[in-house]
Amino acid sequence: MQRRDLKTWLFLAPAGAWFLCMLVLPLIVVFVFSFGERGAAGGYVPAFTFDNFLNLGARWAAFKNTLILAPLGTLICLLIAYPLAYFLALRTSPRWRTVLLILVIVPFWTSILIRSYAWIYLLGGQGIPSLLNALGLGNPRLINTPFAVLVGIVYGYLPLMVFPIYVALERLDKRLLEASSDLGSPPWRSFLQVTLPLSMPGVATGCMLVFILLMGEFLIPAMLGGGKVFFIGNALVDLFLQSRNWAFGSAVAVALVLVMLVTVAAYLHFTRRWAGGRDDVSLM
Amino acid sequence: MTDRNDFLSREKFMAELYRYKKGSVTRRHFLGVTGLGLATSVLGTAVPGLRGAAHAQGSIGDRVVVASWPNYHDPANFDAFTAETGAAVDLNVFGSNEEMLAKLQAGGSGWDVFVPTNYTITTYVDEDLIEPLDLSMLPNYDAASFDARFADAGTVNGTVYAVPRNWGTTGFVVNTANLGGLPKPTTWKEFWDMTMAEFSGRTMVHDYQLTTIGNALKYFGYSFNSVDPAELAEAEKLLIDAKPHLFAINSDYQPSMRSGDAWMSIAWTGDGLQLHRDMPEIDYVLGKEGGELWSDFFAIPKGAPHRDAAYALINYLLAPEVNAKEVAFHGYPVADARVNAILPPEMLNDPIMYPAADLLSALEFGAAVTLTDPNRAELMARFKSA
Repeated sequence: MQRRDLKTWLFLAPAGAWFLCMLVLPLIVVFVFSFGERGAAGGYVPAFTFDNFLNLGARWAAFKNTLILAPLGTLICLLIAYPLAYFLALRTSPRWRTVLLILVIVPFWTSILIRSYAWIYLLGGQGIPSLLNALGLGNPRLINTPFAVLVGIVYGYLPLMVFPIYVALERLDKRLLEASSDLGSPPWRSFLQVTLPLSMPGVATGCMLVFILLMGEFLIPAMLGGGKVFFIGNALVDLFLQSRNWAFGSAVAVALVLVMLVTVAAYLHFTRRWAGGRDDVSLM
Repeated sequence: MTDRNDFLSREKFMAELYRYKKGSVTRRHFLGVTGLGLATSVLGTAVPGLRGAAHAQGSIGDRVVVASWPNYHDPANFDAFTAETGAAVDLNVFGSNEEMLAKLQAGGSGWDVFVPTNYTITTYVDEDLIEPLDLSMLPNYDAASFDARFADAGTVNGTVYAVPRNWGTTGFVVNTANLGGLPKPTTWKEFWDMTMAEFSGRTMVHDYQLTTIGNALKYFGYSFNSVDPAELAEAEKLLIDAKPHLFAINSDYQPSMRSGDAWMSIAWTGDGLQLHRDMPEIDYVLGKEGGELWSDFFAIPKGAPHRDAAYALINYLLAPEVNAKEVAFHGYPVADARVNAILPPEMLNDPIMYPAADLLSALEFGAAVTLTDPNRAELMARFKSA
């Protein structure tokens, strides 16, 4: 009995130490810093003040941008990823499936930085807008707009949405669809009543993955938003790397963690209810 | 790092020699631990014929990490340095002095050389982030040949912490092909007014508090360096009003100016010259109200991992013939008379590089207080997140 306990502890030790050093301790540091003050030349000076939290309103615009664009980006990802995953899981021969799945992953082999640069040129004045202009469809400004940031987000995060949904759909028991059809259900109804509910765990996982990462995103808005579409991630980068106000930066980070906890809890609550009170809707 | 002043016993020396011969330690380790590397380089510098080539000993390591600015270095000169010394140059490009300071304050930057601007050096000294320079390792630095105006800021309380790289101005570039019959803007007032009218959606400002806030202050005729709360409030209002009309907030404005997406941008001398050289319709303008005059310096941060390589690179780039090649590439003037003596006359007469005296006299050097003033930092952050 004791031997087994020891073994369990030994197996847990690396992961536990990792979590303690890389997650718990830094979070405590951030929490403590959030009550401090900015040093004379920047950085952190120990103090106990709520000023940083009272000043959070100064970053309201960034919070608002993030809370609009992150859910919107997640939704667009979902709307594009679901049909793609459905096609891959249920409408493709196994031989082609592997090839197509690899094609979904291939972009990950190149840094997002380089791919975002490509989008700068695609969306810039000499890219898509000049093509539209040549076709007589006007010359819209695309780069450095919220639209460009959304394009970058959907492009960058799509694979993270496709895979969980694909896995859920691929595991789907095809006999259930036959049964539904035998009982006189038209295909659209089988989809709504059988396929969709059974793929909900994948949808929930995909949305969660994309949404959580988007809430902390800063690279895509910085590159495709031209410094004008500002996420809370950009506000954090600025506070630590430009104005060097670690105390206020920590307070913004704490606020972000709290906003995420509330949003994610609300999201899980509602997806559970929507999925009919089943409890297999989980993060992973 | 190995402490080279440690006494090394004969036995220890032989042991190290055997380890080196067996191949279990590198030549670099061997030279370092025995002090032979240092001895060789000291001997090297003591022999006049070998001066300046001391870095060619092969003991400086295989890389040198540089933190500098966009469009500011000729890659060919870095390649030549690598070919000569074996140390590859790893260049990191920054958009503001704040960003550089933040990286050094956070620690573990891994940099060997950085290029701070005049007004920041006292802060680096106060924060103990910068190394006093050992000028004996920079034989190519000749203090007497530098214009003191652009070199003084490197010396703090009598100690040399930084040696001059280039100087320049901060004005704006404007693509005159897009003026559509309008007169070319010549003041900061016109710069901001056009941004909010005819050039709406086409202007860029730096992601840098000093120049962006400074030139917004110039709209009202205030000092570029003002930290007066009432004056800053006026500048903030102008910036926030102008923000919806900006193309982007970014210190790397050349790509957008070249592609034609941006028509006007706050700009530094060298970028103005590079753009004008390739696209003559782009002009570089110094606002009549004034603006910034600056000088950049080479410095070594405390705890630089490749200190010898850092000195070797700075020394290499300060050699007049190499420095002249750098100037030909980036178009920023130097304060070194030895370099000016070998620059082509058309560069010395270039109005972008060497502006007329009346324009120059209106300019101000950045003030140290702007780097640390919390109000300016927070103003910039509010402007960006607005």
